[in-house]
Amino acid sequence: MARRVAIVGTGQTDHRSHRPDVNGREMIYEAVKRALDDCQLSIHDIDAIIIGNMDHFESINYVDTWSVEGSGAVMKPIMKVTTGGTTGASVAIAAYYHVASGFFDKVLAIGWEKNSESDTTAAIITCSDPVWDRAFYSGAIPSLATEASAYMKQYGATQEDAARVAVRDRTNALSNPHAHLRKPITIEDVMASPMLAYPIKLLDVCPRTDGAAAVVFAADGVAQKIAPKPAWIRACAARHTYSWFGDVDYNAGLLSLQRASKEAYQRAGIREPADEIDVAELYLPYSYAGLKWIEDLGFCGPGEGPGFIRDGHTDMGGKIPVNPSGGVISTNCIGATALLRVAEAAMQVMGKAGQRQVPDVEVALATGFGGCFWSDVLILGKARP
Amino acid sequence: MATERDYGELLTLTFSTPMPYEWSIGKYGSLFFHEIRESQRFTGIRCPQCGKVYVPPRRLCAPCFKELDELIILPNLGSIMAFSVVNYPFPDPATGEQRPIPYTYGCIKIEGSDNIFNHVIDETNVEKIAVGMKVAAVFKGKEEMQGNIQDIRHFRILG
Repeated sequence: MARRVAIVGTGQTDHRSHRPDVNGREMIYEAVKRALDDCQLSIHDIDAIIIGNMDHFESINYVDTWSVEGSGAVMKPIMKVTTGGTTGASVAIAAYYHVASGFFDKVLAIGWEKNSESDTTAAIITCSDPVWDRAFYSGAIPSLATEASAYMKQYGATQEDAARVAVRDRTNALSNPHAHLRKPITIEDVMASPMLAYPIKLLDVCPRTDGAAAVVFAADGVAQKIAPKPAWIRACAARHTYSWFGDVDYNAGLLSLQRASKEAYQRAGIREPADEIDVAELYLPYSYAGLKWIEDLGFCGPGEGPGFIRDGHTDMGGKIPVNPSGGVISTNCIGATALLRVAEAAMQVMGKAGQRQVPDVEVALATGFGGCFWSDVLILGKARP
Repeated sequence: MATERDYGELLTLTFSTPMPYEWSIGKYGSLFFHEIRESQRFTGIRCPQCGKVYVPPRRLCAPCFKELDELIILPNLGSIMAFSVVNYPFPDPATGEQRPIPYTYGCIKIEGSDNIFNHVIDETNVEKIAVGMKVAAVFKGKEEMQGNIQDIRHFRILG
């Protein structure tokens, strides 16, 4: 039987578009140091490490080996886990499995990216099939834009509906000292920003960020001694639907998120997610995802996303605040991005989210979204499961 | 490709040597390109378990985990399921050069198939493109074809 596991500490860098003052391993170190300080552990207390980032991004392979002076993995078990955009959530889930298995009591999960060291779009294109997809594929933006075009056709959602999501996340980022983009924007700003790939405009989509995140997982019995109020893992689930780009069913919604969240809710005993979850840190790489994917998560019914957002249900103080951190639209160090969702959700449960704290969080949801319409879901809670 | 050295206080190192790769297209994929060259028509393949028709043809159905072998000739016609007009510049990792923009990325359902065929639509005015429109494939001349996806020049909106 799996052991109960809790998050006891989190750390993240101060995210920027370009960190020429540090190399990858030094940037990883900054997040690791902050995570260890957060739970007052030393690297010697850590039994194993899981690390991940985007394949091919910095054109340096084997991060598990070359980063050890920053990750602290010298003479420790370390594994690299990389699953595209979901990497950060996948390292969290892998760290959870390590502790739950009983083999390790304290495991450190690390995600990082230095987007400034390559061209993000060119690097993402290398994930596409070279025979069938690569000639016309142009990175993450158009594959999301096509999804948006199908959603708008299906439900009549507008560009202004989507802009509201970007404004919400960017407004929330003003309360997060670590966030990359911390300048307020309006719906008019979004509408007036350059059209990158119809219907996605510059302010609809996530930036490219240099940054790292680290999270410490500990076993039941150990966790309570490290943190007075740890964030317990209530459930996690991963679903990968893609095999070819053309296998995505645009009219069915984000199937992987529907299935992963359904399984996670079931395990955590959640029936009405919007009522029973107190805060959500969602991997929304572009504004339209904030309309469509909350339907896939069951916050509201199909086609109801735009109204749910317009009514303020996902704002701070709303029924289910989404992305108090500012989310992916404000900060996107890709290999760290989904781990930041987990870290921010844990901070909300632990009452350590500072100015962006949602009051009285009992249950928090974190998601990861990956390259080919993949989804990871984690549910964290204050109560020991 | 020499770039001018930026000798600021903080230095970076640039790698700019091309690296060649060679990718196998496989039996069914090769057949797809041969059929386009010989007969200017699409080939799909049906899964014996779920009945789904895939284009281009592939050896395996992922959900069923079954091997496929029932090839099907398909028309050069389809409809737009989703699209985007790409406006932003980026280096193409296949060539190292910037890919010409704007161009329209189209998710096209070929008649008689059950998945989506991704290609380019020959129209970049958003006002003239809509989800649901019918399109037809336009092929290169036989002598220009090279057995790759660009043997299909683009899809043209009908009517």
